[in-house]
Amino acid sequence: MHPASSIIVFSTLSGAGYGLAALLGVGLLDAAAPATKAAHLTALLLIAAGLVSSTLHLGNPRRAWRAVSQWRSSWLSREGVLAVLAFVPLVGVALFAWLEGRHPPVLGLLGAALALGVVYCTGMIYASLRAVDAWATPLTPLCYLLFALSSGALLAAAFRPSSTGLLALALLALGAAWAAKLVWRRRMFGVTPLSSPESATGLGELGRVRLFEPPHMTDNYLTREMGFRIARKHAAKLWRLALLGGGIVPAALLLLALIAPRPVLAGVVAALAAGLHLLGLLVERWLFFAEARHAVSNYYGR
Amino acid sequence: MTSLPSLPTEKKLGLVIDLDVCVGCHACVVSCKEWNTGGYGSACSDQEPYGRDVSGAWLNRVHSFEIIPEGGEVIGEGGQARIVHFPKSCLHCEDAPCVTVCPTGASYKRASDGIVLVDESLCIGCGLCAWACAYGAREMDLAAGVMKKCTLCVDRIYNATLAEEDRIPSCVRTCPTNARHFGDLGDPQSDVSRMVRERGGFDLMPEQGTAPVNKYLPPRPRTALAPAPMPQEGEASPEGFFGWLDRVLERL
Amino acid sequence: MPPEHRIDLSRPVGDEVYKTTCYMCACRCGIDVHLRDGKLRYIEGNRDHPVNRGVLCAKGAAGIMQQNSPARLRSPLMRVGPRGSGEFREISWEQALQTAVDWLAPIRRTDPRKLAFFTGRDQSQSLTGFWAQQFGTPNYAAHGGFCSVNMAVAGITTIGGAFWEFGAPDWDRAKLFMMFGVAEDHDSNPIKLGISKLKQNGARFVSVNPVRTGYSAVADHWIGVRPGTDGLLILALVHELLKARRIDVDYLSRYSNAPWLVLDAPGTAGHGLFARDDAGKPLVFDLHARQPVASGAQGCRAALSGRFTLADGGKAVPVFQLLAERYLDSAYAPEAVAARCGVPAETIRALAGEIGRVAFEETIFVPQPWTDMNGEVHDGFVGRPVAFHAMRGISAHSNGFQTARALHLLQVLIGAVDCPGAFRFEPPYPKPVEAHPRPHGKPEHFGSSQPLSGPHLGFPRGPEDLLLDEEGRPARIDKAFSWDAPFAAHGLMHMVIANAVAGDPYRIDTLFLYMANMAWNSAMNTAETIKMLEARDEASGEYAIPRIIVSDAYASETVAYADLVLPDTTYLERHDCISLLDRPISEPDAVQDAIRWPVLTPDRDVRPFQSVLIDLGARLKLPAFVDHRGQALYHDYADYITRHERRPGIGPLAGFRGPDGDKAGRGAVNPDQIERYKENGAFFSAHVPPEARFFKHANRAYQDFAVRMGFFDTPQPVTFQLYDEALQKFRLSAQGLREPRAPETHRARILETFNPLPIWYPPLDDGATEAEYPVHAITQRPMPMYHSWHSQNAWLRQIHTRNVLYVPGRVCDRLDLRDGDWVWLISHHARIRVPIRRTDAVNADTVWTWNAIGKRRGAWALDPDAPEAREGFLINHLIHELLPPKGDGMRWSNSDPVTGQAAWFDLRVRVEKAEAGEGVFPSFPPVARPHPTAGVPEEWRYGDEWRTAEEERA
Repeated sequence: MHPASSIIVFSTLSGAGYGLAALLGVGLLDAAAPATKAAHLTALLLIAAGLVSSTLHLGNPRRAWRAVSQWRSSWLSREGVLAVLAFVPLVGVALFAWLEGRHPPVLGLLGAALALGVVYCTGMIYASLRAVDAWATPLTPLCYLLFALSSGALLAAAFRPSSTGLLALALLALGAAWAAKLVWRRRMFGVTPLSSPESATGLGELGRVRLFEPPHMTDNYLTREMGFRIARKHAAKLWRLALLGGGIVPAALLLLALIAPRPVLAGVVAALAAGLHLLGLLVERWLFFAEARHAVSNYYGR
Repeated sequence: MTSLPSLPTEKKLGLVIDLDVCVGCHACVVSCKEWNTGGYGSACSDQEPYGRDVSGAWLNRVHSFEIIPEGGEVIGEGGQARIVHFPKSCLHCEDAPCVTVCPTGASYKRASDGIVLVDESLCIGCGLCAWACAYGAREMDLAAGVMKKCTLCVDRIYNATLAEEDRIPSCVRTCPTNARHFGDLGDPQSDVSRMVRERGGFDLMPEQGTAPVNKYLPPRPRTALAPAPMPQEGEASPEGFFGWLDRVLERL
Repeated sequence: MPPEHRIDLSRPVGDEVYKTTCYMCACRCGIDVHLRDGKLRYIEGNRDHPVNRGVLCAKGAAGIMQQNSPARLRSPLMRVGPRGSGEFREISWEQALQTAVDWLAPIRRTDPRKLAFFTGRDQSQSLTGFWAQQFGTPNYAAHGGFCSVNMAVAGITTIGGAFWEFGAPDWDRAKLFMMFGVAEDHDSNPIKLGISKLKQNGARFVSVNPVRTGYSAVADHWIGVRPGTDGLLILALVHELLKARRIDVDYLSRYSNAPWLVLDAPGTAGHGLFARDDAGKPLVFDLHARQPVASGAQGCRAALSGRFTLADGGKAVPVFQLLAERYLDSAYAPEAVAARCGVPAETIRALAGEIGRVAFEETIFVPQPWTDMNGEVHDGFVGRPVAFHAMRGISAHSNGFQTARALHLLQVLIGAVDCPGAFRFEPPYPKPVEAHPRPHGKPEHFGSSQPLSGPHLGFPRGPEDLLLDEEGRPARIDKAFSWDAPFAAHGLMHMVIANAVAGDPYRIDTLFLYMANMAWNSAMNTAETIKMLEARDEASGEYAIPRIIVSDAYASETVAYADLVLPDTTYLERHDCISLLDRPISEPDAVQDAIRWPVLTPDRDVRPFQSVLIDLGARLKLPAFVDHRGQALYHDYADYITRHERRPGIGPLAGFRGPDGDKAGRGAVNPDQIERYKENGAFFSAHVPPEARFFKHANRAYQDFAVRMGFFDTPQPVTFQLYDEALQKFRLSAQGLREPRAPETHRARILETFNPLPIWYPPLDDGATEAEYPVHAITQRPMPMYHSWHSQNAWLRQIHTRNVLYVPGRVCDRLDLRDGDWVWLISHHARIRVPIRRTDAVNADTVWTWNAIGKRRGAWALDPDAPEAREGFLINHLIHELLPPKGDGMRWSNSDPVTGQAAWFDLRVRVEKAEAGEGVFPSFPPVARPHPTAGVPEEWRYGDEWRTAEEERA
């Protein structure tokens, strides 16, 4: 699948935003602290930036509002509906923090639930596509949720480095997310493709089927969008980079933050960990698309 | 409405494509393009039409596959590779994931005839329906930013301004080898349904669970040449031949 | 359906619809052209049209983009930059025509040979040939010499008609259909309709072709023959059929020259010629009367074997005796030819068995009484339902003439010519050689300011008809009808530029080309040809070919080499006629012709070439184009089509003749003729009477019909010439036994190849190159891309934007080649570097690619970086127009020695792995666009305004 930067940036940033917002919603940060106010702003900005980015890949962004109408069948529509709905409690919680310095528990929990709901929908958009073997698994929304939580937790820790609990939570979320991702990725390599050139053409009875000539000699929308290919070696290198930069190094930094003098140095280290994690996630997300093979590839010899 | 029609559609209009006679001439491909670029919805645009990275929106394309009979059926000249030309457009699936994923309701399946269409005025060009389609049947028009797909020439098949015999999809009307057939696959008595029964018509990627309406007919099984050895009369030598010739001339 | 999904289900296609004839290729299908707001909306097949019956191919449907191509020429042009630069200035038509007259008039006065007029893929040869004849130059031909002249000459001289325009398989009745060497051809839609029909009828389809794409892909059996060995394969089938007695003796006796007596007098001038009576009629030996009698004598039973003494004591044997002796020889046994042909002996035997079985066990009978030329009444037509079709794959070899002859021999042996279920003639064919003219162009045939004394192209009856000057040198610039290519009935266009630049046989002044891409894909040895067009005479500094006039509708590679460009219109903007005098569209059961007419008005300063030619003819005062006062006779081509008469009552169009338009074939001029064609869907069709539909070569009703229609003035039955006496006359000349005697240089070659009975010999290039160049290289024409001109078509070019070399798996494995790798393809005289793709659906010793996809940078209004130029390639560079030098230094033309047909498919190569990433080699400097200010769209949204208009109305 073509790794469109708009979608990669969207899901990474808004995922982190929703993760952070969810943690803020359950009240893990001191609502009165100035840093928490900044955290609320960060979460909302990340979410907004992500959503704006996601409209960039639309052919007709001006009609984007229509996307909330089909929540009964479409995960994309549900994502849109929940994203709109989530703004209400999330902004409300932020306003309470900014104006009154306190945390409204019911609104906060509602906001957290909706935030995670949006992320789940994002994951389900991919998981519901049978045409992409790598994605069509419940592990996909799980990874999306865990990465939202891990990036949210790392950001939260950076905003409140004095909390050992938050640092520990971040470390835990980080470990869980990458563990889930490792399982996801192992599945991707191991899974038997649902379809093959033989089933795609129905000609398997006659023998092994290979593309002789594509329908058009230059790339078309389908080959650009669905026929993206990346060399295994290159992908492995990027994966190591993502895992190291987005997982192992942030984990080490979090451990460092646990023992580092607080709050300033620990805060800097935690912020660095969060930043690296997000960068690593961008690479992970790029691979999420680039390594996924679409069933239409069976028609294009890819 | 992007939920699928709840009951089986009244009709299941679709195509039956005969791989036994398709010679890969691309007539259907271009006829489709010319009909649709001035027909239903926006033009099927072409980018860089005279440039390096030329591409365009096409609703029907012909692939060619080479089949190496490894362990497969040995046909005629066993062991040799063969080419099968393979036209492909929207299969108007009964369980069409491209419809259900659409967030705006632009993508829909008609309850009356089962045709899957895109209402371009509602389409935001998110591309998710193209992702959802295992068959590569949907193509974004890069100029209009909306999704294009085979309409089964919905603006031909009911077109009262056309002669009755022309109320068929453009690709079917133009196909020089009669490899494309149009009809109601929901009606077991229709020509297309009978053809599918008689020729062992099949679905593409049934494992995707999409229940395509369009069917493909496989290449007919090949039979061996000259079942009987050639008859001989008289001696094999030239003298024998001329002797036979004389006898034949006598009889004339 | 929810109300928001509103669809206009009954929108009219357009606001006007016109019926005319397609010209996206030479198939000539009927089309319905729908216009909306005066602009092309939709082109579909005309359901009533006999050629395509409503269907239309990819090319036809892409007519919209041909009409809107930015490569269309916009005005007459005069070259300003050096040749090949593509730099021109726009001039007026008056200037252009005056320039042409200034160049041509002195030539006509002084030495008409100095004009060489050659046309490419046009369909108006009856006009262009007539014009050239009126001008008086002997140097005229169309492109048949590099197309399929082998097929045409072998067909006409053997059975009186050839494949395609002269006949067609009986698609309705054939039970076995065998096709040789056809990838895609002019007869595109009829073949597709036919194959579909065969499949529906349960007939068997066998394709003999080194490559298994297209038609071969749907064949029941594919015979992946080695290129150039089809003739050997066919003669092995003949061997098997003779051995198994699967021949139609009655048919042979009645309709072929099998019983004709051949003189057996070695060492004399008459050896191998037919024994004839005093009236010149060939003799047969009557088994009843026990004496030689004239062939066709009533009640005669002619011997097919034996050796007989003639009245003068000479000896003679029937043709069939020679024939049977030759092909029963074990040299033609399947085992003997299998390795050479790359076809297992069992397959050959099974194929012969199948032919024999279907011909003689599945015989069909059409109960329709008919009378033959001897007055014998038959109660029906006996059909041997084995139909053959063949095209360039067997034709474009230096043994192609004899191969095509071998195929016709096979057809006649089993009685499968023009019977139900077999290959059938299309009127005005069959037509015996005697009814064709001899070639004209001998020195006494032309001179200052006078027309050539007869048609340029024809059929020599013997060496005495060759076009030679007093010293025995070729009279024509292309050396057609010389000892080099005696039966070059279509000329040798592929030799014109090389010969003119070499001054061999002489220099010319002006080369006038119409629709021929001789600076690119229509040239052998393209890279060298380009140099020749740019070459200058050392003494004068002038170009070696001083003047080149090109007429074309589009900016081809060749336009860049023109000094003067006469821009043609598109096919939707002009009149044309598809004439019985030229290349008709008849069917076996109907006489047919057609017109094109302007359904669109040009938006550029262009004129139809045929009208321009007629205008030039009048300005040059060519006799047939001016009246007695020197005034122009015709004001344009439409006027010429209507009023020109070749013979009294016979004009370009056969339909709606006579003052009331009710005459067919013969009839007075009808001023409303074109209107009547338009009313009738742009074509005319007259049915062959039921009793005249088969055995046309010997059917009295058909012959009478042909005379009525004006094909002939007297009946012209055909006796199939299994033994070709004209070829034997050349052998006698080569043996020095008969005048004129062949030059020493040519004798061995004539003796080897001019055999009066079909033979197979290896392609001429083979012996010298086989070891060093073990692989065959051929091209195929892709179905959606007919000629080079389709790369300018925005839709078609997306299908074939670049080509790759298809390499058989065996060669890939040997050289460790993978898809996308690059190789050097090396022939005896050049090398090219190209990308490859593996295939196993090909003869194991053959590489191939699609023809004419590679383009020169800048041509056809394509971006100089277009894939066609960057990655597309031609294999033409590898094919020299001359064969490698022989021991004596003599270099022969790379052509069939009999007909001069360009031997494109004789090419042998070596494959070597190349480094990737350097692009194709050779590549050429870009040519400029002739109209640099005319825009090239960066995006097409064709027809989008109609949607907008609809939406606004809604």
